[in-house]
Amino acid sequence: MYTKDGESYFIVDAHIALWDARPENIKNVHGQQFIDCFYDYHRNLSPESEVWTKEDYLYQGGERLMKDLFEDGYVDHAVFQPANLGEFYHRGFGQTEEASALAAAHPDKLTYNHNWDPRNGEAGLEQLHADAERFDLKGVKLYTAEWHGDSRGWRLDDPWAYRYFEACRALGITNIHIHKGPTIRPLDRDAFDVADVDHVATDFTDLNFVVEHCGLPRLEDFCWIATQEPNVHAGLAVAMPFIHTRPRYFAQIIGELLYWIGEDRIQFSSDYALWTPRWLVESFVDFQIPEDLVEYAPITTAQKKKILGLNAARMYDIEVPAELRLPEADETETGPRQPEAAEMAVV
Amino acid sequence: MTLTAHPGVAHDDGSAYADDVLAALAEVMDPELDEPITDLGFVRSVSLDAGGGVEVHLRLPTSFCSPNFAYLMASDSKDVLTALPWTRHVVVRLDDHHDSDKINAGLAADAGYRGTFGPEAEHDLEELRETFRRKAHTAAMERCLTALLRAEPDRDVESLGSVRLADLASGQHTEALLRRRAALGLPLDGSAAVFVDHAGDSPEDVPMALRRARSTRISIDGNAHFCRGLLRTRYPGSEEDQVHRADGAEPADASYDPTFVPLASLLTPPSKENSR
Repeated sequence: MYTKDGESYFIVDAHIALWDARPENIKNVHGQQFIDCFYDYHRNLSPESEVWTKEDYLYQGGERLMKDLFEDGYVDHAVFQPANLGEFYHRGFGQTEEASALAAAHPDKLTYNHNWDPRNGEAGLEQLHADAERFDLKGVKLYTAEWHGDSRGWRLDDPWAYRYFEACRALGITNIHIHKGPTIRPLDRDAFDVADVDHVATDFTDLNFVVEHCGLPRLEDFCWIATQEPNVHAGLAVAMPFIHTRPRYFAQIIGELLYWIGEDRIQFSSDYALWTPRWLVESFVDFQIPEDLVEYAPITTAQKKKILGLNAARMYDIEVPAELRLPEADETETGPRQPEAAEMAVV
Repeated sequence: MTLTAHPGVAHDDGSAYADDVLAALAEVMDPELDEPITDLGFVRSVSLDAGGGVEVHLRLPTSFCSPNFAYLMASDSKDVLTALPWTRHVVVRLDDHHDSDKINAGLAADAGYRGTFGPEAEHDLEELRETFRRKAHTAAMERCLTALLRAEPDRDVESLGSVRLADLASGQHTEALLRRRAALGLPLDGSAAVFVDHAGDSPEDVPMALRRARSTRISIDGNAHFCRGLLRTRYPGSEEDQVHRADGAEPADASYDPTFVPLASLLTPPSKENSR
């Protein structure tokens, strides 16, 4: 929980990882390129005081994770969203055993989501059933840009993916976190194309689809799809840190999301260990949309509370102290959720 | 950017061949960011020899930038350099990308898109280019229309549907829009409607269409600055090769760009605009 100026905020960090990119786990040059890319994201967008050494960045371990999130970071509950990346790392990038054990030891603080890959066919479906039971899964993280043998990407509307979504439905795995791209297959199309989200969201209306990075770098395509689907949500992984060096861009992202999908469908995350939650939570509570961006209404304290934790808590049935709860806004199921903000453009 | 040229490698009139190379590369666009690769700092080095040989190395913000865009920029670079009358042996290499080996081998063999990527390539990248030409037009149009709204506070959003090209103030944003329209084959005369899609059709719901166009503009501006930033982080010193982008600029940009003017670009014409 974070408290400032008499207001208290329940914090759910909806996208975290416990990764291992130390040299002994790196399988090939792509594993090195991947963590280098993450570290450049980290260095580029963090305040100077929050930049880690490269060595610290390669692996954190459970103890440091608990401290960064729950002692220093104001987080009440966090959700693991592991990427497998078995083609790049010997034991995978997200550390299944360590993260799930940590979640089992702290069920009040941590939820472990796992992942699946439709290219694993029948064997993967069986594994999904076993994983659902072992981890008591409520959600999964899907990375369509994952490499797998000769295949360098998949689509959510591939026939095999539908079999997995049907299994999720049967197993009660309702929260599907999607990380789009850069997906190499089909190479002719935009690597960040989100059209397949539209198809699955329409065909699986009883599942929640949380599009991570709110579709960035295709915010516009994401917003257009999300506004038409009541079960598509925005995850703020990677979008959050723009609050520091690019606050106007961040304001526009938040303004667009509030307009197109509304205040009840946006989830905060630090994307730990890409970034740490403390400075992001502090910055977001202090944040306001610049006055000259007249096309957006000012963001309210209630909206911040929902984004920082209440929305994800609702999706994951996380108990929120009664005094911190807020009712859902009376927004339309589809279409622009806050159309009154559009009239601001006339000002 | 590193330039290596033999002394005296120049035309008869004394102008340098290196200038030719950079001018040619300035015509190569990053389709996604709608900017020349030279302005983005993507040209890492140019080396020339006395026999008309040219070798250009390209660099990108991350190893995982989309390989289709990476290929387009690299193959377009080779095409424009090969088209120069004095070049003989042209080598273009993409550095530090996850598909560098594949793309560089394809370029060296002039294998084309399908020859480079094999079964991953289905047809061609024309549809991809077209998608981003349309986005570039949408963003350029929104900049002009929003500027009009800001300049005329009493103007009704609905009225934007009847704005003609002749109604736009002259300036960089309007010039950029005209170039985007030309790329799509849209009319350029003053009586032509501004608020149209790629096919020239006017929107039924003007406020909604403006909101959609705005999200496109925000996306492109945001990506253009983030990609620039990542390149600077990845390749220290590359900021010296980057041309400032006024659209979407923020106060933090002043830390590496002495030309930065801290004004919202829509309110005041920027001093060093590079929108194309």
